Amino acid sequence: MELLPTIWFIAIAVLWTGYLFLEGFDLGVGMLMKLFARDNTERRVLLNTIGPVWDGNEVWLLTAAGATFAAFPLWYASLFSALYLPLLLVLVALIFRAVAFEYRGKVDTDRWRNTWDWAIAVGSFVAAFGVGAALALTTTGLPLDANGDRDGGPFSWFSGYALLGGFAVAGFALLHALAFLALKTDGDVRHRARRWFVRLLPVLLLPMAGWAASVQLLSGEAWTVILLAAAGVAAAAAWLQGRKGNEGRAFLAVGVLLLCGAISIFGAVFPVVLPSTIDPAFNLTVSNASSSDYTLGLMSIVACVGLPLVIAYQAWTYWIFRRRVSAAHIPEAHSFLPAIAAKAFTRND
Amino acid sequence: MEALEIARWQFGITTVYHFMMVPLTIGLGLVVAVMQTIWYRTGNPTYLRMTKFWGKLFLINFIMGVATGIVQEFQFGMAWSEYSRFVGDVFGAPLALEALLAFFVESTFLGLWIFGWKQLKKGVHLACLWIAVIGSFFSAYFIIVANSWMQHPVGVEMIDGRPVMTDAWAVFTNNTALVAVPHTLFGALAVAGGFLLGIAWYHLWRRRRDGIDTVGADGKVIAGSADIPGRDRTDHTVWIRSLRIGAVVAMISFAGTALTGDLQGKLMFEQQPMKMAAAEAACHDGTGFSVLSVGNVGSRNCDDIVALIEVPGILSYLAKGDFTTEVKGVNSLIEQYKSDYGTHVPDNPIYGERAGQEIQYVPVMEVTYWGFRMMIGFGGVAALAALLALWVTRSGTVPESRWLMRLAVLGILAPFGANAAGWIFTEMGRQPFVVAPNPDLNGIDQVFMFTAAAVSPGVSAGEILTSLVVLTAIYAVLLVVEVKLLVKYVRGGVVSAMPELANAPVDENEDATPGPGGSGKSGTADDVLAFAY
Repeated sequence: MELLPTIWFIAIAVLWTGYLFLEGFDLGVGMLMKLFARDNTERRVLLNTIGPVWDGNEVWLLTAAGATFAAFPLWYASLFSALYLPLLLVLVALIFRAVAFEYRGKVDTDRWRNTWDWAIAVGSFVAAFGVGAALALTTTGLPLDANGDRDGGPFSWFSGYALLGGFAVAGFALLHALAFLALKTDGDVRHRARRWFVRLLPVLLLPMAGWAASVQLLSGEAWTVILLAAAGVAAAAAWLQGRKGNEGRAFLAVGVLLLCGAISIFGAVFPVVLPSTIDPAFNLTVSNASSSDYTLGLMSIVACVGLPLVIAYQAWTYWIFRRRVSAAHIPEAHSFLPAIAAKAFTRND
Repeated sequence: MEALEIARWQFGITTVYHFMMVPLTIGLGLVVAVMQTIWYRTGNPTYLRMTKFWGKLFLINFIMGVATGIVQEFQFGMAWSEYSRFVGDVFGAPLALEALLAFFVESTFLGLWIFGWKQLKKGVHLACLWIAVIGSFFSAYFIIVANSWMQHPVGVEMIDGRPVMTDAWAVFTNNTALVAVPHTLFGALAVAGGFLLGIAWYHLWRRRRDGIDTVGADGKVIAGSADIPGRDRTDHTVWIRSLRIGAVVAMISFAGTALTGDLQGKLMFEQQPMKMAAAEAACHDGTGFSVLSVGNVGSRNCDDIVALIEVPGILSYLAKGDFTTEVKGVNSLIEQYKSDYGTHVPDNPIYGERAGQEIQYVPVMEVTYWGFRMMIGFGGVAALAALLALWVTRSGTVPESRWLMRLAVLGILAPFGANAAGWIFTEMGRQPFVVAPNPDLNGIDQVFMFTAAAVSPGVSAGEILTSLVVLTAIYAVLLVVEVKLLVKYVRGGVVSAMPELANAPVDENEDATPGPGGSGKSGTADDVLAFAY
């Protein structure tokens, strides 16, 4: 097995896991804007928990995609072109969501806010679902021909795994967001989030368990199955800690659950990065889809410096904004004050 | 239309759109960082107001650049999978590095800047903005390294039919990129300059129209104040300084684009002679720069084109730095290209119906000829207007003329036009190649790729048409929303970005409840959060 492509497979798994860990909760918080928050103040509490960090979290997606392009161009090309329409949906969702965060508070009417709230909620769900579907399909396979192109029409990628993966990531995001809100807010939102977390945990994790189990059945090994069991233990621990009201530990346990689950899934498919459902001979693997050792070596050096730095300054951001946000902290929305009250001023002309 | 045509339209539309937001982000970011630095060093409240106001507009625009940028990265794999496979070994690296080294920095530190007005020490807060701005420069650098490799591939060897990177230093110091980066950054600054100038002009005009500012007998402005929040004498200083900063920035950046553009022209003459000839619609070898060529420049048939007004020697100067070198025209280049890169599209299934067809080596000259001129024209007009604006406002305010004000506001568009025209010119001028051949390496085996071979073979025209329609429609709606918001905040003036100007200062530390887990400082920390969201 070649060393550098293997390292980059791990690196890409790390980037996707980092993305799911970080954007997981802000996608979930986005969905909860409509599912959970009762009024505008609560929505603003939710928004302010992720406000300073969501954009930085989203860059993990760009980096994961960019690193896939650079390290495994054939994987990137086949996956992205085969999933043309679902990825279009993800893009549309991400566009609306990003713009909604920034523009929601810019006009002081209920209708305006409500429109963007829907954009955030639906956008977050669709993005999570689409990313989940794409990740599930890259572990379970697409109808690829010898050149790595999709065989069949625009929907020939579809399989039950797409739905499973979609619900898996959306469910995980919701659970992660509830843990995050319990940790980051205070007052009613905090307590309600914790109650929801405990009550919904089994349901929200079910599709994730289904996806992970399918991958184990398709290509699992002993150690990946053990890791999946460890993820199950982490889920139980998260539930118990949530019940006890240890919000920090519950959040951490969800993180461990994600880590074990991701290693278990990526480990099971290795060394295949994208199976072909037409013929295993067309499978894209760590060795036949990767860039040259020269490119991978260069990227390794840069990543060794760059990635720890990213983690350090993002961690610092979370430290700066470590305080809990509560409804009591949210002041009245300032009404827009135009500097030029032309009517109130008499012109001398 | 077939998939290729639709995919090209999509890439063109989404890229030009993305590049309306990007230069404003890059240029305005730098300007705001300088403003905040002056405030930090002098404590002058004028500069705090400038920072807040221009910073607000910067953020409204920034998010659109972010939102449309993701499309760019995904598009290579989605619509151009064959291109991604061919160039991935060398082209993917700068994109990945852009995300890892630049975009992470930009997003994270901008988040800190937006929300950290009270949580961070003043110096640290300012540093966050500078780091984000420098991150945006690096972002531009990496993207242009990637683009320049498409214009002029270096640092690779062909192995198994694909270019493989062998010299990263050559890729990252490609001379095409080294001149394109400053050219692009100056272009971005020009956008910011025009933006400041137009909006500041509008506010000075409003103040005059409302009778707040008047002009005294000595021809100097008498700044007044009105009983409206934020409409005081400082407000006047905010706008006149913004106007002057904008005008100076616009002029400097035009000079910068001209100097770097000159270097680019000389490189292009060496590296992509056909693009240079097409920029001139120059059919025959010669030395003259065409001021006006008539005939059907879009026909790609050189016999239709007559250069009505031509300045001898200038084209040679643009290309070589003297007035006598014969610059090769389209007619002689076609023969050279045919012998170097073939006369017909190879009989390979990836070319679809185009396999075996004759290759059209001349770009659409209507676009290259007029794109080149619009780039220079819009840039020059903006710089000239900036100079005039400085002269006209020497009294300390703007004339009362409503038409002049409208012209100044409309002028905001000129540098945007120059940027768009420049990119359309350079990308269309590269056709029919998506990766243009590097003439330093000889023969048909060298690194190049026809655009016709780059599109995703497995994706149907219907799918790409769907995304083209969906993205264009969304972009159009969002452009309307962005412009409306910008207009609203511009009309609102400084106070729209600084509501505290309207509040009595007594309110400041009321209901200060220290948050749990907090650092024990007063609880007003969330005000800024609430203000942002």
